[in-house]
Amino acid sequence: MNTMNLTLKIWRQPNAKAKGEMKSYKISGINDHMSFLEMLDVLNEDLQKKNEDPVVFDHDCREGICGSCSLVINGRPHGPQQTTTCQLHMRSFKDGDTIYIEPWRAKAFPVIKDLMVDRSAFDRIQHSGGYVSVNTGSAQDANNLPIGKEIADEAFNSATCIGCGACVAACKNASAMLFVSAKISQLAMLPQGQAERKKRAESMVAQMDAEGFGACTNTGACSAECPKEISMANIAMMNREYLGAKLTSEAV
Amino acid sequence: MILDSKIPAGPLAEKWEKHKFNLKLVNPANKRKYDVIVVGSGLAGASAAASLAELGYNVKVFTYHDSPRRAHSIAAQGGINAAKNYQNDGDSIHRLFYDTIKGGDYRAREGNVYRLAQVSVDIIDQCVAQGVPFAREYGGLLSNRSFGGAQVSRTFYARGQTGQQLLLGAYSAMNRQIAAGKVKLYTRCEMLDLVVADGKAKGIITRNLITGAIESHAGHAVLLCTGGYGNVYYLSTNAMMCNVTATWRAHKRGALFGNPSFTQIHPTCIPVSGDYQSKLTLMSESLRNDGRVWVPMKAGDNRLPTDIPEEERDYFLERKYPSFGNLVPRDVASRNAKYVCDEGRGVGNTKLAVYLDFADAIKRDTEAVVKAKYGNLFDMYQQITGENPYKTPMRIYPAVHYTMGGLWVDYNLMTTVPGCYALGEANFSDHGANRLGASALMQGLADGYFVIPYTLGDYLASTGAGKLSTDTPEFKEALDGVQKRIAKLLTMKGEKTVDELHRKLGLTIWDYCGMSRTEEGLKKAKAIVADIKKEFETNVKVLGGNEEMNQSLEKALRLADFIELGALMIQDALDRNESCGGHFREEYQTPEGEALRDDDNFAYVSAYEYTGDNQAPVLHKEVLQFENVKLTQRSYK
Repeated sequence: MNTMNLTLKIWRQPNAKAKGEMKSYKISGINDHMSFLEMLDVLNEDLQKKNEDPVVFDHDCREGICGSCSLVINGRPHGPQQTTTCQLHMRSFKDGDTIYIEPWRAKAFPVIKDLMVDRSAFDRIQHSGGYVSVNTGSAQDANNLPIGKEIADEAFNSATCIGCGACVAACKNASAMLFVSAKISQLAMLPQGQAERKKRAESMVAQMDAEGFGACTNTGACSAECPKEISMANIAMMNREYLGAKLTSEAV
Repeated sequence: MILDSKIPAGPLAEKWEKHKFNLKLVNPANKRKYDVIVVGSGLAGASAAASLAELGYNVKVFTYHDSPRRAHSIAAQGGINAAKNYQNDGDSIHRLFYDTIKGGDYRAREGNVYRLAQVSVDIIDQCVAQGVPFAREYGGLLSNRSFGGAQVSRTFYARGQTGQQLLLGAYSAMNRQIAAGKVKLYTRCEMLDLVVADGKAKGIITRNLITGAIESHAGHAVLLCTGGYGNVYYLSTNAMMCNVTATWRAHKRGALFGNPSFTQIHPTCIPVSGDYQSKLTLMSESLRNDGRVWVPMKAGDNRLPTDIPEEERDYFLERKYPSFGNLVPRDVASRNAKYVCDEGRGVGNTKLAVYLDFADAIKRDTEAVVKAKYGNLFDMYQQITGENPYKTPMRIYPAVHYTMGGLWVDYNLMTTVPGCYALGEANFSDHGANRLGASALMQGLADGYFVIPYTLGDYLASTGAGKLSTDTPEFKEALDGVQKRIAKLLTMKGEKTVDELHRKLGLTIWDYCGMSRTEEGLKKAKAIVADIKKEFETNVKVLGGNEEMNQSLEKALRLADFIELGALMIQDALDRNESCGGHFREEYQTPEGEALRDDDNFAYVSAYEYTGDNQAPVLHKEVLQFENVKLTQRSYK
């Protein structure tokens, strides 16, 4: 077990309206088995002992699935590994390192405090059509609807998005295409999603635009930083779905 | 107080059908006159909110997360049970019922468990219709795997992310109702009290976590879908924010708390590595389908696992339980891991771990096949430990995972406060003294999709859609109380941080009210917890103010309730002079070291009534009636 001393440069901003700034903190005795967030826990305990306000950041499950954690570490969403921040461990760093920690940067994700941002725009996009309209109790027997394994697996891959927003943070245009396309593709591939396929593509894209996310220029940064490795193919599929829907839409 | 479970009379298989017919209905046109408050947006909360909104009720959903999709149901890995018998391997509703009652060591209600098994099949249909991508075979039909405590394959799964997929299904159903205007969503908003007037639940008091605003919300009914209280142990597989506050506050307002000491210690978690540890990570029980659990024969064997020859390994679960092998229920697997570590045969630096070895599975099925089944779990293990489980066995150790105890509810899921319901892990109802793997997802969704939509109407129809108001003395009293609690914490300016005190509480409960318990230890723990309470009330340090995002304040409010709950858990573990399921009192065991029940004296649900701060709670007993299963010593040999 190695221990290290680090310099942290952390974005501090008291609230949405206040002006933020990078502040510097020294931290010592960090061991390489710690997760990145446990390192921040240690910092926060130290700060509180000194009667300084602890750093606010979103986190919850700490096992890489809830999508709460959201830090830009040394310029990369979730840091140097392609994983969530909670699954990043200090063995990825070395003694004497200076680590820059910032919130997601995007117009559609305003800062709430310090490293915490408001990602409710993602939820509103899902409200606009990320579902199959089926009431409880009206389903047929599950095995009456065979779905080929290849399709089921592909749909699953799209469905593994955790909604963390790293794709937006990684994109120079703060585009949400990868996030939106994952849901559109999942439901477009599955037979259950067919009835609302066109309407879904149209309304989710419209809501995405209304939230102020940028346009996609196919650089692939989103997919490269996605902790769940959501593929760029989803974006291609979404473009086809959207175009197809616009050309043949029954909506007037 | 007489506890009426309201289990309908008649044959087991007909109870629910008959009950549904006898429940009062709310006319479709009248449903829009009722407001229902749902607290929590996990499987139980989201499925209930969506289903009730589809029926026409106005639903308000509260979550302390930034999005309902973050609820900790998302982290459930292995699967969801259902008695579909798609595998033609002898499963049936009755078998799922029987396995669950037996797995719970005969401390659950027959009527509830049978209903759970009945609706399990509908859950799978519903989820598939929503587009949940369950694992499938090449022919396109659904795939199953096995879980502990069962000899059939009835677990439906979506790789190691079943909870995520089911939650996103329920979330999507709820989103549809949000778009339709039938569900109003309140995010980053935490319930801090229940409001009761005229003996009925009338609403809740919440704190907006961004602005600190304390707000009153009125409803014709309140559904608490707020999960379990495993974080009382500080270290658990629960998410960091999981807490007992909503249910504890309801308890303090009159809802009895059922079986508080029944907690589940999951056998396969990544072991603790140091004092800084903030949480523990589960490795799905499904791994025990292919992984073999072992330790060295000799104590103090420090060789690398791969250097220890076959004949010097002790596959202790296979040896002791030949018919269930590595797939014994969780309490049994956990306890046996503890025994071998107590004997000095534990592995790794801390010697508090056993091996979970996939070498045979990889040899038999190839690495590719193992990867397809468990890839994400193996990746997670490697990410956390820095070791490659394809090459060297995983090290695992038991950790707190689930709480079978919770608010006491009747067959309608109503607590002892009329109009206040508890769903999912927040209630005590279906798992007895030990929950079987893949049954938590089943219960959360059963309660939300298929039970509450029927039972809630019965209450609402009988109380009527009276006008709602938050301008009442009861709301004012509750709101003032919350403000005072917050002001007290912020002005204390003590020395101890919330986490310091929480760690101390957690360690105490783990040591004395965890995997095994003794009268002596519990009495000791009682005194320690009383000291922690005193220290918390006089010496806690919470910086910052109320009118801002203040995570220390949030944690302090939650810890206050965990401390009181901890005292009740200890009380319950002391009262129950028997061992059953996860509640293992060392004084009560068979010669082989298995849990020894005392059915003559303890075949009841403990339900505690709150009587005031620092006052002894009053124990009420709901005697369990077993008409369909014979109580036997649980054997998995």
